[in-house]
Amino acid sequence: MPDPNGFLHHRRELPPRRPVPIRLMDWKEVYETGDEGRLRDQASRCMDCGIPFCHQACPLGNKIPEWNDLVRTGQWREAARQLHATNNFPEFTGKLCPAPCEASCVLGIGAETSEYGADVGAVTIKQIEADIAARAFVDDEVTPRPPAELSGRSVAVVGSGPAGMAAAQQLARAGHAVTVYERDDAIGGLLRYGIPDFKLEKDHIDRRVDQLRAEGVTFVTDCRIGVDITMDRLRQRHDAVLLATGALEGRASDTPGHQLRGIHLAMDHLVDSNRVVAGKAPFATIDAGDKHVVIIGGGDTAADCLGVAHRQGAASVTQLDSYPRPPAERDPQHDPWPIWPTLLRDYPAHEEGGTRVFASAVGEFIGDDAGHVRHMRISEVIVDKSSGRRVVTPIEGTTRDIPADLVLLAIGFVGTEEQPLLTQSGLRRDRGAIACGPDWQTDAPGVFVAGDAHRGASLIVWAIAEGRAAAAAIHDYLGGSTPLPSPVTYDAVPLGR
Amino acid sequence: MRFSLPAASHTGLYRPHYEHDACGVAFLVDTAGRRSHRIVAGGLSALCRMDHRGARGADPHTGDGAGIMLQIPDAFYREVVDFPLPEPGHYATGLVFCSDDEIERVRRTVDKYALAEEATVLGWRDVPVNPDCLGHTARGVMPRVRQVFIAAEAGLSGLELDRLAFAVRKQTERELRERDTSAALITLSSRTIVYKGMLTPAQVGQFYTDLADERVTSALALVHSRFSTNTFPSWPLAHPYRMVAHNGEINTIRGNRNWMTARQAQLATSALPGRLKRLYPICTPGASDSMNFDEVVELLHLGGRSLPHAMLMMIPEAWESNTSMDPKRREFYRFHASLMEPWDGPACVAFTDGTQIGAVLDRNGLRPARWWRTDDDLVILASEAGVVDLDPATVVEKGRLTPGRMFLVDTDAGRIISDDEIKDELAAENPYADWTHAGLVRLDALPEREHIVYTHDSVRRRQITFGYTEEELRLLVAPMATKGAEPVVSMGTDTPIAGLSHRPRLLYDYFTQLFAQVTNPPLDAIREELVTSLGLTIGPEHNLLEAAAASCRQIELPRPVIDNDELAKILSIDADGDMPGFKAVRVSGLYKARLGAEGIKSRLVEICRHVSEAIEDGVRILVLSDRDSTADLAPIPSLLLTAAVHQHLIREQTRTQIALVVETGDCRTVHHAAVLLGYGAAAINPYLAFESIENMVRHGVIEMDARQAVENYVAALCRGVLKIMSKMGISTVSSYCGAQVFEAVGLNDQFVHRYFTGTDTRLGGAGLPEIAAEVQQRHHAAYHSATTEKKLLDVGGEYQWRRDGEVHLFNPETVFMLQHSTRSGQYEVFQKYSRTIDGMVADSGALRGLLELHSDAEPIPIDEVEPAESILARFSTGAMSYGALSSESHETLAIAMNRLGGKSNSGEGGEAEDRLDDPLRRSAVKQVASGRFGVTSRYLTSADDIQIKMAQGAKPGEGGQLPGNKVYPWIAETRNATPGVGLISPPPHHDIYSIEDLAQLIYDLKHANDAARIHVKLVSEVGVGTVAAGVAKAHADVILISGHDGGTGAAPANSTKHAGTPWEVGLAEAQQTLIRNGLRDRVTVQVDGAMKTGRDVVVAALLGAEEYGFATAPLIVSGCVMMRVCHLDTCPVGVATQNPTLRSRFTGKPEFVENFFRYIAQEVRELLAQLGLRTMDEAIGRVELLRHRSDLAAGKSARIDLSPLLSHDGLTPETPRRRLRGQQHGIETTLGWRLREQARPAIVNGGHLTIDSEVSNTDRSVGTLLGAEVTRRHPRGLPDDSIVLNLRGTAGQSLAAFVPAGVTIRLSGDANDYVGKGLSGGRVALRPDPQATFAADQNIIAGNTVLYGATAGELYCSGQTGERFAVRNSGAVAVVEGVGDHGCEYMTGGTVVVIGPTGRNFAAGMSGGAAYVYRLDPMKVNTELVDLDPMGASDIALVAELLTVHHHETGSAAAARLLSDWPRSAAGFTKVIPGEYKRVLAENERRHAEQQAATDPKEADHA
Repeated sequence: MPDPNGFLHHRRELPPRRPVPIRLMDWKEVYETGDEGRLRDQASRCMDCGIPFCHQACPLGNKIPEWNDLVRTGQWREAARQLHATNNFPEFTGKLCPAPCEASCVLGIGAETSEYGADVGAVTIKQIEADIAARAFVDDEVTPRPPAELSGRSVAVVGSGPAGMAAAQQLARAGHAVTVYERDDAIGGLLRYGIPDFKLEKDHIDRRVDQLRAEGVTFVTDCRIGVDITMDRLRQRHDAVLLATGALEGRASDTPGHQLRGIHLAMDHLVDSNRVVAGKAPFATIDAGDKHVVIIGGGDTAADCLGVAHRQGAASVTQLDSYPRPPAERDPQHDPWPIWPTLLRDYPAHEEGGTRVFASAVGEFIGDDAGHVRHMRISEVIVDKSSGRRVVTPIEGTTRDIPADLVLLAIGFVGTEEQPLLTQSGLRRDRGAIACGPDWQTDAPGVFVAGDAHRGASLIVWAIAEGRAAAAAIHDYLGGSTPLPSPVTYDAVPLGR
Repeated sequence: MRFSLPAASHTGLYRPHYEHDACGVAFLVDTAGRRSHRIVAGGLSALCRMDHRGARGADPHTGDGAGIMLQIPDAFYREVVDFPLPEPGHYATGLVFCSDDEIERVRRTVDKYALAEEATVLGWRDVPVNPDCLGHTARGVMPRVRQVFIAAEAGLSGLELDRLAFAVRKQTERELRERDTSAALITLSSRTIVYKGMLTPAQVGQFYTDLADERVTSALALVHSRFSTNTFPSWPLAHPYRMVAHNGEINTIRGNRNWMTARQAQLATSALPGRLKRLYPICTPGASDSMNFDEVVELLHLGGRSLPHAMLMMIPEAWESNTSMDPKRREFYRFHASLMEPWDGPACVAFTDGTQIGAVLDRNGLRPARWWRTDDDLVILASEAGVVDLDPATVVEKGRLTPGRMFLVDTDAGRIISDDEIKDELAAENPYADWTHAGLVRLDALPEREHIVYTHDSVRRRQITFGYTEEELRLLVAPMATKGAEPVVSMGTDTPIAGLSHRPRLLYDYFTQLFAQVTNPPLDAIREELVTSLGLTIGPEHNLLEAAAASCRQIELPRPVIDNDELAKILSIDADGDMPGFKAVRVSGLYKARLGAEGIKSRLVEICRHVSEAIEDGVRILVLSDRDSTADLAPIPSLLLTAAVHQHLIREQTRTQIALVVETGDCRTVHHAAVLLGYGAAAINPYLAFESIENMVRHGVIEMDARQAVENYVAALCRGVLKIMSKMGISTVSSYCGAQVFEAVGLNDQFVHRYFTGTDTRLGGAGLPEIAAEVQQRHHAAYHSATTEKKLLDVGGEYQWRRDGEVHLFNPETVFMLQHSTRSGQYEVFQKYSRTIDGMVADSGALRGLLELHSDAEPIPIDEVEPAESILARFSTGAMSYGALSSESHETLAIAMNRLGGKSNSGEGGEAEDRLDDPLRRSAVKQVASGRFGVTSRYLTSADDIQIKMAQGAKPGEGGQLPGNKVYPWIAETRNATPGVGLISPPPHHDIYSIEDLAQLIYDLKHANDAARIHVKLVSEVGVGTVAAGVAKAHADVILISGHDGGTGAAPANSTKHAGTPWEVGLAEAQQTLIRNGLRDRVTVQVDGAMKTGRDVVVAALLGAEEYGFATAPLIVSGCVMMRVCHLDTCPVGVATQNPTLRSRFTGKPEFVENFFRYIAQEVRELLAQLGLRTMDEAIGRVELLRHRSDLAAGKSARIDLSPLLSHDGLTPETPRRRLRGQQHGIETTLGWRLREQARPAIVNGGHLTIDSEVSNTDRSVGTLLGAEVTRRHPRGLPDDSIVLNLRGTAGQSLAAFVPAGVTIRLSGDANDYVGKGLSGGRVALRPDPQATFAADQNIIAGNTVLYGATAGELYCSGQTGERFAVRNSGAVAVVEGVGDHGCEYMTGGTVVVIGPTGRNFAAGMSGGAAYVYRLDPMKVNTELVDLDPMGASDIALVAELLTVHHHETGSAAAARLLSDWPRSAAGFTKVIPGEYKRVLAENERRHAEQQAATDPKEADHA
């Protein structure tokens, strides 16, 4: 039985981060490795709720109270087992997930109003997850689990991001022959080149790839389905196909001057930088060094760009957000617990520098004679979504110019990219993503979809959850007798949405 | 024709075998054996004086039954019969009930068997009766009363003749029964005759004109008046029976019956000539518990034992843990324990064979019995004092029957024979010690066996085979192994019952525990452990009728759960062939999994055959085992295996020849163990639980020695089983074994009847195919798995919500929607919440989901439906105490309900003074629970409704507990307790051990506030309908039926999940039974139990409820997030905690709660409109507007049949379906009423008033009405002695209950039970009548449970009192000259001085106050909480002062004696004070001194 008083004795505490000046000198991860005693104290704050809202909020259904208690009592191996029972790659989510679980932790209730400090604040679930995963590797708990016997069926997984990898692992362990096709030169999808190393060092992906290989998964890189192999060929070659191709079509800008040089989609910047860090390119082609950088957008990707820009040696970085500064604490009227609240989120990247400008939007990009952006004309704005559409109205008399040598557009993704794969299969689309039925099957028989390709750009945790669910559906489609775990339905949405 | 009212048709839920009764019993005897009519007349008048202990149904002139047993009035019969009679004692006679057209058949049958038994029928007589005096109901089913006379051809007499008459009667009865006649032979004896019937006490003498005849004489008379819980009493069911009249209830009756059946094969005795088989069955099938009891006593007695011996075998005293008992007597009991299990339950059984007459009380002393002896050799024993008017000057001696003791008068010997004399004599009859020493084998005397350790993978695979869940290991098994106790959970259950669940459930889950409520009390296994026993003997039984040394050749187990090593010992006990009497065999309970249900069925047949053969071969120990399953062989659920074999052996009558041990992998929780024992296992070896624990120890999950962990776990299982037994009022495992005190829910009739014969299952459901499928699912998961991921157990999710676990109606989504909608005021969101809940309910979430609303009427516009306001008045919030809840949440609910016009409920923790009179913050319903915390006159007078909590949904049959860490100072103040010291509400109300006791409490409370409605809260279980009918007859105004699922309180895990049934069933049963009894129109029916939506309310209304309670939902609205840690004081949202830090996080507001109820009312209105109903009144009881859904095709729920709930047989539009008139409480005619009217001017105007009055035992609750009036006008009471009542005579029960300050009641004479109950400041003094000649301090002056729940005031008793003196006293001062067992139990405050003897278990659970006892026997004290200290100077002064007042008030000679030698006699006193309390007092004193020291200098400055 967990310690019912733990949360009264320990306050919420995250592990220390490496000092800013030092970490800006490299691309290594920001957080220092955990200290076991502190982490166990943190785990003891978990109250083992009768209704664990965290467990509900996690798309994977991670058994958070269970492993919190196992960590509290130092049963790391069993914790790793419990964690892996719902999550193929806890180190990914432990490092990268924005943690909806923590937002719905009961200890977060009333945090905004309570005058008593010690007990306030969600359990540091994400950190505990990360540490369990780290210990699992150290303790050799993460070992290949190849199937005892093969089903004789084969599955193609297109795309090797978290959804594809999770599905591949699930299917391989159930005895199916799985081939993963990746258009890039390395496995990992968005994780590989979309996420900077200071959030996820890439050997984490490599060792998972090794594990999957040992479990029987075949990886094919540099292979574009629809180009190198047609959809038809692929379909004929395998008993089922899973599309896990992501939703990387970035939202572009139509603001006057948007065609100027020096204006890039955020993802292009991140991929460019990550390839350099990975040693795949000698230097960055979109380099923030000594430049005045403006990042448009207020989300995760923007924060990633921020961190990259600082590490590249930007002269200044401004983050521009058309929405007003969100509250620092949950607004119970607008975002009642336990739903995911709109908050001003401070990522480690934010403490590394830069200016955040809220309720402002760009009216025009102004270039130099060479056609390269140099300034941006911005105004304070009011965003009105009441009509269902987003209407941005500048406030008169607030217009000003700011320097901008490099503009990064981190204003979201519109869906899956137009690509031969899709045109060839002629799949029905739904708001930019690939539509499917309750069995995760697209309009094309035997062709399944999961992850961002199905959901639109979303969280890694959703990708893994969908990968698992689609794998279960494929397993069932292939006639598997005992069901695989299926954490989400095709139409699942977070609470309150 | 039947001499009973027609019982229910079988379409409904009513089951006649749940009728309960309780009663008044008395006897008069001339010890010298002189026959007189005076004794007969005295008996009849005693009967009339116990009228209030009986009851009547809808027809006020029809009684529940009454009767009298006499010696044969030979002289009279000789004169009235028209045929010659042999000399006295040489003929047997008895009354016969039959209808006119059965006369011939009866005559022929008696003739036939008389002939067969070599007897002659001398003749018949029509017994003259006077039907005019009867009520119409009784008259409608009145039998012809005939009397038969027979004689033995051999001229036998006395006992010999009775044996022959027994043979004639038994055979005649069986034949008449088999021919389906209703004729009944009341008695047939040469020694005694019984006159009885469906009569009121007064009617007995009027109906049977014989009894008025002066020629009818007897030296003894045994009378009985019955209070049945319903109004279908029948003529033959009245007492006395052939040997006994019984006031009480046999809780273990099902088991006792089964065991008797099994024993029949081995019965033999030379005393009863001929083949005994012709007299079987010994226990008449379908008969009442009392009748079966009587039949077995009769058998034992006629079979050669003396009547006292037979009685002691049936109702042994609690000998098991009584270390001070004479060893010879212990061995007597120990020996007999191996012959027969006790017939356990609250009982005062009076018995006679015509020469000896006596009574015995159960081991708990749960029934009152008082006796008197006069100087003219008259002895009277009765349920209460005062039933016979005696000249006080003639009383030589008086006393009471004490627990487990026997009172016996032998008219031959001409004297009272003491308990010790009877028992010493019996114990010396045989060398019992030698016999047991040679016969009984103890496990620890057997050689050790090697311990086997299993690997993790082996354990894991089998855990999956048996459906272990992660949750069970984490939440139940591991804590049991570490702490030695079953864990506690809070907030009830909101998961589907097993019969509806989509998940595979263990067979155990389909059985719910029965529990005692109202008609019999649960035991207090916490504080009164000395009466319970886990020990038992296993092994072959022998001939019950001729016991000898070999009879006890058995194995003695200290407890019914044995570890793997102990099992190994038992299995190899006869390995060397040196113990042939214990030949053991293990039988495998596996079957071929692929064969499914058929496989189980045929395997069970095979096993039963195998077992029979083994018994034939001399096997005496049978181990049923489900070990060693494989990929092909799956385990039969061990419960099914056990029950099937047990029932088979009972049918075969070989069950008592073997010990049945179960080696089981699926048993791991307390409930599992209890069900196995209940269905016949004598010992259980839950091997996989042990191996799981050892495995957890190896993996560091449990950090202790494996041996210790297993030991703890066994202790936890046993303790849990003990508690489950206690809930049902069963004190020993040996009588719990096979007692089948369970109800099946969700299993079909055929399945239950075949394997669990005798168990009720009323809703149909799963059978062998479904059970087999569930076994297979688990088996498949264990042996066939999809992936290579490491095997994990199923998550469970039964206690805590999990995504992959069991469905919970309250889950993240519904909790969020409920909070969000009510907090933001969005009805649309609330509707979404309701739709989600109703959807889950429909998808097998709850029984009501299987019903749909339908109406032929056109829907009406919603504005034609009555407004929400009037619907809101029907709503209340649940009883949750201030103490469990924070003041913030408690007051939030109160404010909301007061604003809405509904009612909030105080719960059982009293109410802070400043809230009592605040119209906004008060609780309209004040609860009275067993702890009586804060139940003062003030509290009661301020109530709109007073609710007696008989049981609560989360843990029916159990008490409550407020752990010390929640007893903050402000809580302690409200409850008159000590901060930091835990508070316990005992499992039973110590003033309610039977239905007539409840009637008395209702009466008391009505007197304490005659404007308030009195509620009785019951929990749904089979039989709750008859209890409800009894409660209606006991004059409750409101009956609340609680579902098993509600209940916010902390409770042991097994109780929350496995006791009680859904409210739908209980409500329907109550409604049907009340209607059938014509009682529905006089009571309001309320329902609660996890109600969540408007639909729930409408379904409840249609099933018959008029008012609706909600607890969990309003708490959630107030911020509760179902943490389920209420008992830990760590509620992070400030709802169920007293911790100020956490309370600051409370976010609830009354407005939110108001929104909730308005939304519910709105939904109700919408549904009413759809049904075309304009008002709630139109909806109530309209069960025809519900129907079973027809769209359920698959799954277990499709097999459930709710039509018994919807039965509306015999309902017409005119049948009252709701309350239309009130109860007639009849308090206007009482002495109490007259006294109040007399006192009223003085109460209003002040001044002093003294009233003198006679009083008799029928004047109950004297002073209470008057006291209530005082409290109403003067909330803090009046000055001392403002109103003085001087009473003379015998006061009825509850003298001076709840009397406030300023009222003094002095009684000269005798008092009954409950004197000073809830005393709230008044003063009471009892002294013997001035003419009495006996020594006051040697004799009894008041009954049991005196001063229960007193909060203030004084009581002086010049004489001794009964059991449980000052139980739960929290502030009153008392001086008494002797007390019975359990004195000062649970006391939390006040001072008690005892200057005479104390009974056992003194000061059990006492956590506050002090007792000063003169010449205390330390062995009698339960020292768990208290210290025994010498008196200090201040104590000496205090006691002297109290003795002085005592002497002044009562003229006590004993006090005078002590004072005359003061302070030397002070040295003889011991101070009994709780250690913790003492420390708190000392701490307070120190703090006070410090404050003094701190303030003193300041004062000096001012000076």
